[in-house]
Amino acid sequence: MADAVPTFHPEPETLLGYAAGSLDEASSVLVATHLALCPRCRAEVRRLETVGGALTGSLEPVALAPDALATVLARLDEPEAPARRPAGPAFDRETLFSVPAPLRDYLGGNLSSLPWRWRGPSIRELPLAIGDGGPRASLIRVRPGTALPAHTHTGAETTLVLCGAFVDDGQSFARGDVSIATSDDDHQPVATPDAECLCFAVVDGPLRLTGPIGRLFNPFLRL
Amino acid sequence: METTPNTDATGGRHDGLVEAIAATGDRPAFAELFEHFAPRLKAYLMRLGSDASTAEEVVQEVMLTVWRKAASFDRRQASAGTWIFTIARNRRIDRLRRERRPEFDPNDPALVPEGPADADRTVWAGQIEGRVRAAIESLPPEQSDLIRRAYFEDQSHREIAETSGLPLGTVKSRIRLAMQRLRERIDDLG
Repeated sequence: MADAVPTFHPEPETLLGYAAGSLDEASSVLVATHLALCPRCRAEVRRLETVGGALTGSLEPVALAPDALATVLARLDEPEAPARRPAGPAFDRETLFSVPAPLRDYLGGNLSSLPWRWRGPSIRELPLAIGDGGPRASLIRVRPGTALPAHTHTGAETTLVLCGAFVDDGQSFARGDVSIATSDDDHQPVATPDAECLCFAVVDGPLRLTGPIGRLFNPFLRL
Repeated sequence: METTPNTDATGGRHDGLVEAIAATGDRPAFAELFEHFAPRLKAYLMRLGSDASTAEEVVQEVMLTVWRKAASFDRRQASAGTWIFTIARNRRIDRLRRERRPEFDPNDPALVPEGPADADRTVWAGQIEGRVRAAIESLPPEQSDLIRRAYFEDQSHREIAETSGLPLGTVKSRIRLAMQRLRERIDDLG
């Protein structure tokens, strides 16, 4: 079966921020993981990087110290410092194929062995420590056919579907699709009945749960 | 656009220099790349807030990476100027923002490969920066400024909105419009 190509993409300004290097780390992980699944956006990021190369090339040059070139030439044969991060764990097939790099590198283990947190009978959440003080990131698993608690948020919530699919506001989001909800949306995504839905969510501000179940889980769901 | 063919020739020359480093460890080729790019990379880093000595250190690290990773350069994917820009961008994030730069892995078993329909979409990347530069110059100043700010100020759109007093949606739509105009100009020049 040919891989499906995503229908819903990050916003153009978000891809620009990623290419320019101004996007926070958690959002960059989301974009880069979408890129693994989306040839269209990979090509777009290359175009945006070409703009960055052109702009940098047109900057007024600033002279370096007179011995700068000699210093670097003398260092060319230095052995390369070993990578700071040791190789990660060997992942099982499920994790390897469900979660593309670079998100996979942040997991620290296989999907089945991670310390998932209980968020109600059908929802599990795994908060991920990505970057410092930026938006909050987590993996979310939802049982087939289950509604996520209705919620609004104070900032934007960006969700990348990794497995399965959910329907939100009449639109269906499947593997690789990016759903963007602003603080104005009071929305309730529902996982499709055929499979468990695994998502990566990045939330720019605290969630405010609405509805009776939401209020019940509010103390827990501090994404 | 008299300068464009010239710039393109220079760009093509730079691609060849990186390839010479990869093929034979060509030090004169490296020195020539250094003379051209290092002062521009220093300018880039200082535009983004580095002091001169930190910028100089990062430039050295970037140029060392150019030497070591030259074999991974592929002119069909990006020109030398673009490739070196991405190395400097990543090094800056790593070193000055103390964050990791997440990138997809082209060898990832989970990667969805390019389909036949994607081939024509990648054309831009192989084209030379002279045309992009000419297109940026031809934009109204407020649009070219916005594009420069997007690359040279380490600010999220939210931060730009806060400092400029504009609503976030306005900032985003202005950036989107400027990029769309740029794209049209680049296609017109082709």
